[in-house]
Amino acid sequence: MACGRRNVVLDEKTINKISEFAFHMRKHALTMSYASGNHAVHFGGGMSVIDILAVLYAEILKLDRENPVWEDRDRFIMSKGHGVIGYYAALAEVGYIPLEELKKFEQENSYLMGHPVYTPKYGIEFTNGSLGMGVSLGIGTALSAKKKGKNYKTYILIGDGEADEGSIWEAAMSAVQFQLDNLCVIIDRNRLQLGGDTEEIMAHGDLRKKYEIFGWNSYEVNGHNVKELCHVFHEIPVNKKPSIIIANTIKGKGFHFSENNNSWHHAVMTESQYEAALKELEDSYYGNNSKKC
Amino acid sequence: MEITAKNVKKWSTVGARPTFGMTMVELAKTNPNMIVLTADVSTSAGLERYKKMFPEQFIDVGIAEQNMMGIATALSKEGYCVVTTTFAPFQSMRCLEQIRVNQGYMGLPVIMVGLSSGLYHCYLGNTHCCFEDAAILRSIPNIAVVTPADGAEIVKTFEYAVNYHKSIYVRLIEGKNLPIIYKEDFSFSIGKANILREGQDIVILANGTMVAQALTAADILQERGISCKVIDFHTIKPLDTELLDSVIDYPLLITIEEHSVIGGLGSAVAEYMIQKRRKPRQLFMGIQDFYPHSSDYETVLKQCGLTAKQIAEKIVSEIGE
Repeated sequence: MACGRRNVVLDEKTINKISEFAFHMRKHALTMSYASGNHAVHFGGGMSVIDILAVLYAEILKLDRENPVWEDRDRFIMSKGHGVIGYYAALAEVGYIPLEELKKFEQENSYLMGHPVYTPKYGIEFTNGSLGMGVSLGIGTALSAKKKGKNYKTYILIGDGEADEGSIWEAAMSAVQFQLDNLCVIIDRNRLQLGGDTEEIMAHGDLRKKYEIFGWNSYEVNGHNVKELCHVFHEIPVNKKPSIIIANTIKGKGFHFSENNNSWHHAVMTESQYEAALKELEDSYYGNNSKKC
Repeated sequence: MEITAKNVKKWSTVGARPTFGMTMVELAKTNPNMIVLTADVSTSAGLERYKKMFPEQFIDVGIAEQNMMGIATALSKEGYCVVTTTFAPFQSMRCLEQIRVNQGYMGLPVIMVGLSSGLYHCYLGNTHCCFEDAAILRSIPNIAVVTPADGAEIVKTFEYAVNYHKSIYVRLIEGKNLPIIYKEDFSFSIGKANILREGQDIVILANGTMVAQALTAADILQERGISCKVIDFHTIKPLDTELLDSVIDYPLLITIEEHSVIGGLGSAVAEYMIQKRRKPRQLFMGIQDFYPHSSDYETVLKQCGLTAKQIAEKIVSEIGE
């Protein structure tokens, strides 16, 4: 079996860099949540993906911060378009989306709608929001890399509720058929979808085993543990099989009022809630960092 | 591909799908960035030779149309000229939302080919017929809808499509032996209808297999002293409004299509004409909002009133009223 793409020893500096990136992303996500006003925001699913996206954008993805359409960049597809505040936050922190633009989230004439819309200059690879479409798009970019002899990788983030869609499983079969070892799917396994508990609505059971039976390399990690996430991305082999990472997460992660609280699936954030959330975020981040010192 | 007497005869004999397959082979020779995707219908689509000659430019996704459209979209974005194909109901409806988001909203170009559209598969039941596709896809922005009338026009459509750089849905309708409309080279542009026959009394706009039926109906009507202008209106989107403007003084305009009368050629023409101060009366001929009973193709055409003789009779009765 060939080795993974890079053998990186994770030092404290790298972990701190990613944690800081995630902290800034959460601040950006709050800015957008408040900016959305009465339009409301998909808050819970946006917050559950922050750490996954922080690891990808701060450490894993091969990107050119000056050129979002660099031909050899790794392709990232936000199939779970509802997690858009996490996605925009990562693209803003990388420098593709101007910070000022975040304040226009879901506002008139903004590029930043409530689901991502194909905008190359902002690093948004595809339009997403209608669930179940992103993995097939990723198979297309991964096939293109194989055909052109390019070594970029394709990463796709899907939700566990999204895995109800039949098209997810059409794609799951074909990624194996086409031997796409340059493709990695991450499932944001927060166990809550719009209507409630994923296992009560349409039980997925052991997703890892399901994908293994389909022929994927499969992994399961804590989706909020930066170290675990980094290690698993570096572990992915090049063995003619696609890889799936089940990232166990908490919907609404980071705030006491929203964690595992499905009323924050799509909600309005008031000024006082915004201020309280920002304070909780800063207290938590600076408190943790001062303990380390 | 050259439009010669020999080729025209060959395309007519082999039919719409093999003509499509042959055209793909010829286009791939000069378009190394072309990729054809299919959902398990390479044999039915006449693509076996293409598959053997260009294995690197061919992808079979199995019976998974939604996945096919996602893959096709990303390949298009990565710079490939992408063609997708399966039978018309599955190409147009099974993956409709993918088409809406990817080709419509995102605007990433794919040439979509709906095989055996219309009534040809009527003996297999209406699951395999397709007379709603043009109406559905016409409602999505950024997609052209084209229905070729014969083998030469199929060839011309795809030769044009690979340089069009926008999404196109091609309705490949087929009857027993493809009719021959064009015997020599002709001008073809998406969105530009072709006048096939001049006439003073009425004007007929038809597409697909109904072009041949309309020309025969025009012969019958000529014998009865009615002079018909016949137009091959192959593209219903974008609409050739210039041509429509040129026929507003006719007292009667007839649209004929192997498609539902709801939402197809007739509707597209009416939507434009109704806004004019001066306009002809319009007669809609097509499938009248029902599922025909399973039978052979000719019988089903009769059920729908779409044979040349029935078309001529209907027009005579309209004029007489």
